Amino acid sequence: MSSATDGDLQTAVRTSGLTKRFGRHAAVDSLDLVVPRGAVFGFLGPNGSGKTTTIRMLLGLVSPSEGHAEVFGEEMPEHIASVLPRVGALVEGPAFYPFLTGEANLLRLDTADLRAPRSTRHQRVAAALDRVGLSHAAHKKVHAYSLGMKQRLGLAAALLAPRELLVLDEPTNGLDPQGTREVRGLIRDLARDGTTVFVSSHLLAEVEQICTHAAVLRAGRLVAQGTLEELRGSARHRIELRTPDSERAMEVLRQLGLQAESSKSGMLVAEANGAPPAEDIVAALVSAGVRVRGFAADAASLEERFVELTGEGFDVAD
Amino acid sequence: MSPISGLASSRLFLSELSVLFRRWRTWAMLVALAAVPVLIALAVRFSPNRPPSGRGPAFLDQITHNGFFAGVVGLVVSTPLFLPLTVGVVSGDTIAGEANLGTLRYLLVAPAGRVRLLVVKYLAAVVFCLAAALAVVVGGTVAGAALFPLGQATLLSGDTIGPGEAFGRLLLMSLYVAVSLLGLSAIGLFASTMTSVPVGAMAATVVLAVVSQVLDALDQLDWLHPWLFSDHWLGLADLLREPISWTSFGENALLQLGYLALFGALAYGRFTTKDILS
Repeated sequence: MSSATDGDLQTAVRTSGLTKRFGRHAAVDSLDLVVPRGAVFGFLGPNGSGKTTTIRMLLGLVSPSEGHAEVFGEEMPEHIASVLPRVGALVEGPAFYPFLTGEANLLRLDTADLRAPRSTRHQRVAAALDRVGLSHAAHKKVHAYSLGMKQRLGLAAALLAPRELLVLDEPTNGLDPQGTREVRGLIRDLARDGTTVFVSSHLLAEVEQICTHAAVLRAGRLVAQGTLEELRGSARHRIELRTPDSERAMEVLRQLGLQAESSKSGMLVAEANGAPPAEDIVAALVSAGVRVRGFAADAASLEERFVELTGEGFDVAD
Repeated sequence: MSPISGLASSRLFLSELSVLFRRWRTWAMLVALAAVPVLIALAVRFSPNRPPSGRGPAFLDQITHNGFFAGVVGLVVSTPLFLPLTVGVVSGDTIAGEANLGTLRYLLVAPAGRVRLLVVKYLAAVVFCLAAALAVVVGGTVAGAALFPLGQATLLSGDTIGPGEAFGRLLLMSLYVAVSLLGLSAIGLFASTMTSVPVGAMAATVVLAVVSQVLDALDQLDWLHPWLFSDHWLGLADLLREPISWTSFGENALLQLGYLALFGALAYGRFTTKDILS
């Protein structure tokens, strides 16, 4: 085995300098992603930040303008035939033939997969429908499905065969809170069985609870990537101090290397990256005679960090 | 292609056929085509005057002698417009229809393979061409048998044949018509790879069928005529001679295969390199 293949055992998806231009506009710009095997990888970014284009490149639907995309160490889109049978995907919402039943739709998709054994086809379709809770609607035509049911059917399509990698683009779109919870549970189950899950979302809260890793995209560029802990660690820390002795407190904080400012609400606020532990700051303030009436030190939440990285949470990047 | 993947592809072909023939649109078109000779036969049967020979569609005056000609007239009447229209709808829908539904991305992610999908789509369109021609023949035969005598049929060469052989000739003519539409189907397939709006691909295909026939009617362009895919469309009458004149059939088949090679290659070139954004 070559060393490259050894490395691939650890990595499900790797991109280097991955770029896609439509005309002069770069929808995805020099993306370097590493998705470890077994990870639940949150792919975050506002609408229009290039998440779906990246996913399309990973699945060989779109050819990169520059750079490389590898899935299981094999270059895409050249090795679609050997890679994609190991990958289940939900791309930009579910899509089915409205005039066919849910079951007939899944049978057709499974027939399209050259490697899917015919002998177990009906059985696997039934199992997939059962897994997403759609057994009762298997024989209904898809035009009678609600958006949430179509979304579930899309998930069932991704689960027709045992997959090593699941690529799920906004999997909770159109689902009610109960459905969202079920999808999270499903992803947890799959991950526990060793499936790598690559899940995109524009809502951090949707995936924060299940992800082990995340990457944040903004206007086609990667702005952060790592384990969830690393992302939290890189978040801004700050302290807030309530005191009547502002002058003296600012002097003490300055000696500790902190640049404090008065906020509108009468608090002293300071960026505290690389600062001494909170208890030492308080001790220093108190021993200098500052009357501390309130003190808080906190890391910005991942949500704040996300908004900070991507700009306004709901703005469509242009 | 290995035997296993060949078998798997034939399954995909069967799946394609079942999707095509489970659409009510497909059946509506087939029923409409079958209605063409039925309407003609009814008009001839209940018209006070017998159709004059030498005017109106070819063989129209023959219907009263032999109901078998209702199918023949149906094919002759449907060939310039109705058949190209339905074939344009089906072949224009092949790829663009899947793109429009969004199912194209899921078929390709399955992975169906782009070349495999293109071939299966084209073959299904060919099956539809045959089904369309047969629909006309079936409609014509049923109406002809119900409204007129079915006896000895007189051929163009003056020979007469029995009803059994006459029906055989009709089937041969529907094969001729299906072969005639191979080129147009390939054009539709190519148009279908160019867009994710199926109506656009359908319209482009039908317009080309009309343009080809208009050019074919201009004497000033007679140097161009042998190259037009519609040039032999009405040559099916040659199958009503004894012995059968196969020249039109052979030339037509060769011409259609030429169009298939050209537009098949264009569709392949386009579809295998296309970014699927639908």
